[in-house]
Parts: sequence; C-alpha cells; structure tokens
Amino acid sequence: MSRQYVIRKILIMIPSLLGISLVLFTVLAMAPGDPFEELATNPAVPPEVRAALRAKFGLDDPVWTRYLHWLAAMLQGDWGFSFVSRMDVDKLILQRLPVTLIVIGSSQIIAILVALPVGVLAATRPYSLFDQVANTLAFVGFSLPTFFTGLLFILVFSIQLDWLPFVYRANIDATGWQFYWEHIKQSIMPVMVLGLFQGASLVRFVRSSVLDVIKLDYVTTARSKGIGERKVITKHVVRNALIPVVTLVALQLPIVFGGAIVTEQIFRVPGIGSLLISAMLANDTPVVMAVTFVIACLVVFFNLLADIIYGWLDPRISYR
Amino acid sequence: MASGVVLLLLIATVALGPFIWPVAINDIDFAAKLQGPSWAHPLGTDDLGQDLLARLIYGGRISLAVGLAAMVVAVVVGVVVGALAGMSAGWVDAALMWLTDLFLALPLLPLLLLLMYLFRDHFKRLFGVEGGAFILIVVVIGGLRWMQVARLVRAQFLSLREKEFVEAARALGASKLRLVVGHILPNALGPVIVAGTIDVAAAIIAESTLSFLGLGFPSDIPTWGSVLRDAKDYLDIAPHWALFPGAAIFLAVITINFMGDGLRDALDPRRVL
Repeated sequence: MSRQYVIRKILIMIPSLLGISLVLFTVLAMAPGDPFEELATNPAVPPEVRAALRAKFGLDDPVWTRYLHWLAAMLQGDWGFSFVSRMDVDKLILQRLPVTLIVIGSSQIIAILVALPVGVLAATRPYSLFDQVANTLAFVGFSLPTFFTGLLFILVFSIQLDWLPFVYRANIDATGWQFYWEHIKQSIMPVMVLGLFQGASLVRFVRSSVLDVIKLDYVTTARSKGIGERKVITKHVVRNALIPVVTLVALQLPIVFGGAIVTEQIFRVPGIGSLLISAMLANDTPVVMAVTFVIACLVVFFNLLADIIYGWLDPRISYR
Repeated sequence: MASGVVLLLLIATVALGPFIWPVAINDIDFAAKLQGPSWAHPLGTDDLGQDLLARLIYGGRISLAVGLAAMVVAVVVGVVVGALAGMSAGWVDAALMWLTDLFLALPLLPLLLLLMYLFRDHFKRLFGVEGGAFILIVVVIGGLRWMQVARLVRAQFLSLREKEFVEAARALGASKLRLVVGHILPNALGPVIVAGTIDVAAAIIAESTLSFLGLGFPSDIPTWGSVLRDAKDYLDIAPHWALFPGAAIFLAVITINFMGDGLRDALDPRRVL
C-alpha cells in the first residue's frame, strides 16, 4: 500500500468533515428559538449581560461569519459549557467517550465472531437446512429493534434468571479479579444486544460475498489441485470474500452508533449516547451539538480506517 | 407469502380495530391497573389501568401511517435526486452524488434526535400537538432515508438512458421530461419498490426508537414505542405491558422485511443466487 493512497484518503476526508459540520450548523441556524432562551427567561441575568453574550458569541453577525467562528471554535476544542453539568463540554465528552468506544468495539467483535462462521457455512451449503435456518434467524435478528431486545434480555437474564445486573454502575467497590468480573458481567447484556443485531445483518453480507467468490475460476483451480475443501474455503475463498465485508462493516457504523445510543439508554451505560439523550431532555444545547458532532466525526474517521484497511487487503484498489 | 397474510391481518386489525374494540385509549381505572391479559382487557392494562389493546391499536395506526408517509417522502426525494443525477452528466451529477454520499455518512439516529429536539416545539405551535409531531417525524425520517433510492435510481437511469427504446423515443421527438416520466422511470421502478418496502420497516423502527427515547410523539399519545417506554420501568411486575407493543413492532417490521425480500426475488431474478 502506497503512502500516496493513505494521504489521498485523508484529504478526501476533509471535505466530508466540512460537509457534516455545514449540515450540523445549518440545522442549528435554522432552528427556531434562541440558544440563549434559558438566559433570557432567567431574571438573574440583566439584559446588558445578555447583549454582551450575544455580541461575544456573534449571534447578530451574518450567517457565514457565524459558521466560520463556530467551526474555528469546534476545531480548537472550545465546545462551550454545559448548563446542566456545570463543566466544559469537551471534558464531559472525554469522560464518557471511552465507555461508548469499548461497548461498540466489543459488540463489533461479537458481531464478526457470530457472522463470519455462520455466513461462511451458510454459503458453502446454499439452500440447505442450515442456510435457511441461519437466514431466518438473521431476518429475525435485524427485525427486532434494539430497544426491544434489550428489554427482553433484562426480562430473561435479570428478572427471571437473576444472572446479570441490568443497571450499569460506573463505580464498583471491589478490587482485583472481582472488579473486572463485575465490569464484564454488567457489560454482557449491552454488548450482546448490539453485537447480535449487528451480526444478524452481517451474516447476509458475508453469505452473499462468499457466494460471489466461491464460483470464481481460481477456487475451482485450487480444488482441482487437490487441496482439501476446508483449506480451499479458509485460505482461498474467505480471504477474498472478506474484502467487501470490511467496507460494509464501515457503512453500517452510523447504524451502530444509533444502536449504541439506544442500548446505553436502556442499560444506563454512562457513555456519550446516554449523555446525548439526557442533554436533550434537559435542553442542554451545547452538549447536544458537541456530541452529535463527535459522533459524526467518529463515523467519518472509522470510514477512513476502513478505506485504509481496504487498500491494504486489496492492493489493486490503492494503485488505481 | 405467509408474511403477507400476517401483515394484512395486522393492517386490518389496526384499521378496523376501533370499530370492533370501542374502548377509549385513556379510560383511567385504578382498580384494574397493571393487570395481565383477561377477558375484560385482552392484552392487560398499564399503570393507570388503561386498556392496552385499545392503546396498541391506536399506536399501530400512527406507526403504520408514519412508516408509509415517511417512505413516500424518501422515495419522492430519492427519485427526484437520482433522476436529476442520472439524466444530467457532469458537475450536477457529481455534486448530487457527493451530497448523497455525505448524507450516507451522517449518523442517522443522532441527527434524527437533534432535529426532533430543535424543531419539536416550533412544529407543535404550527400544526398542533399531534399533527406537528406527525409532520415533523415524517419529514425528518423521510428526509434522511432517500439516499439508497437516489443511488438505485441513478444507476438504473445511467444504463436505461442508453437503451434502444429510449433512443427510439428520443428520435421520435419526445421531450426530456416525457423521456424520463414515460419511458425511463417506469423501467427503473423495480428496485425502487423493493427499497421502498424496506424503508417502511426502517421508518417504523425509527419512529418507535424516537418515541422510546422520549423524543417522538408526546407521551400522552400512545404509539408502540412510547407504550414500550412507559412499560420499561415495570418489567418485573407487568412484563405483558412491554411484550405486546414489542411484539407488535417486531411483527410489523419482520413481515414488511420478508415482503421486501420476496419482492426482490420476484422483480430481480438475477439476484436470487
């Protein structure tokens, strides 16, 4: 993989980030009502302070200058001050971000661990009983909305069986192994809910991708050389079939972040998703804007990562 | 096929339900609160003793209506953008496709939530409580789901506009609009129908998610999502309250998805294997 390819991909990322910031800003600028409504209704804030604040934040400037100011502030990490939590928004987000990334990352691993073997097995025996069962289960899997699976999991594993806690606690007063075990135990349900949902849609991608590859001539060649079926599948078919799957995983990421918001809300995981919802319910606009922007940036960044992995897996792409 | 029957049954229940089961959605009866299924309340009651069957029928009307209306918005926007991009080569095409890719990269749910959060009160003032929420949800969900349709339509247009029958029509002096509406579009509709079907299911999920998170319809209007939201704090004592709306969403979504899959096989035989 050439360095040029990576640099080109990074350069392509910039306009899309700008585009996203433009969309977000347009939404904010079009929104009715004043972001300082809170201050306007507060009798403790005199009108001159309000006017000074408006001037400081440039609310009376033309739209273009406001966009540039806003963008500059966002890029410098000056994301404002949370009215509700009484702290800087960037600190608040940095506090919450790791939990979300861990939950999303481990759920993606679960999804791939489930989807890969099932998809490959289903594709090697198309229209067999296994294929049909897997296909039906995949359909059920991505037709069940995450908020319902979450509640079902709570109902079965927390209430009926009493195996797992259904509220995520950030401060566990235990040490050593006990500490890690408690953390794993409370992460199982949110991770599984997200992972299984994601895995269900991945199964179908993996299956159709393997089916596309398995008919190619080089696979027949490998078979006719006398290589065992197992080796043909793992060494020849799967490696090439996975290349498009990488892109599909990346394309699914916006949905994954959506799912993370829902599961964090159900299990009260203290990540940026639940931060977003609580900020919305509390009318905390700076936090809402910043979290949306961060999620959008993360999606773009992971897309870039997928593009780079794609170029590494398939050198033909990076020399185009 | 079986899924089509189930879906029709569901639609019939939701459409005709209020005539067969004329119980008010907001009859409060504390004597009968949090009861499981019984003859008086076939799906049980919630914490205020309101009848769940009546509330779910009402919610189903909203959910299905939102799903269909949002799909129409998404398909109309998608067809217009895709047709414009497919017919006009050059920078218009490039710009529209850049826009489409940009929208595809946007995280859907956060943006949905953001739009609901910022515009909710405004729409409430403009169109009333229920109407405002309905219009806003439909426009927002539809407005963020047109990209797939636009790409499909553009791809179809690119290949169709070079076909002989289009050339023949052009040679006969058909105007550009006539070419698009009368000749190209009808032939491009197959994949659009499939995508539209699946969009209905996605819109139902999106609406339920919004209501579940408390940013969809106001909480006094029972939709499947908001009933589920109210039920989640009573999971241990009244599981039926959460199970029925969840099952309703699941049934609607899976039958529509199966229909979409069946339509894909029927309309596009190449894709079967």
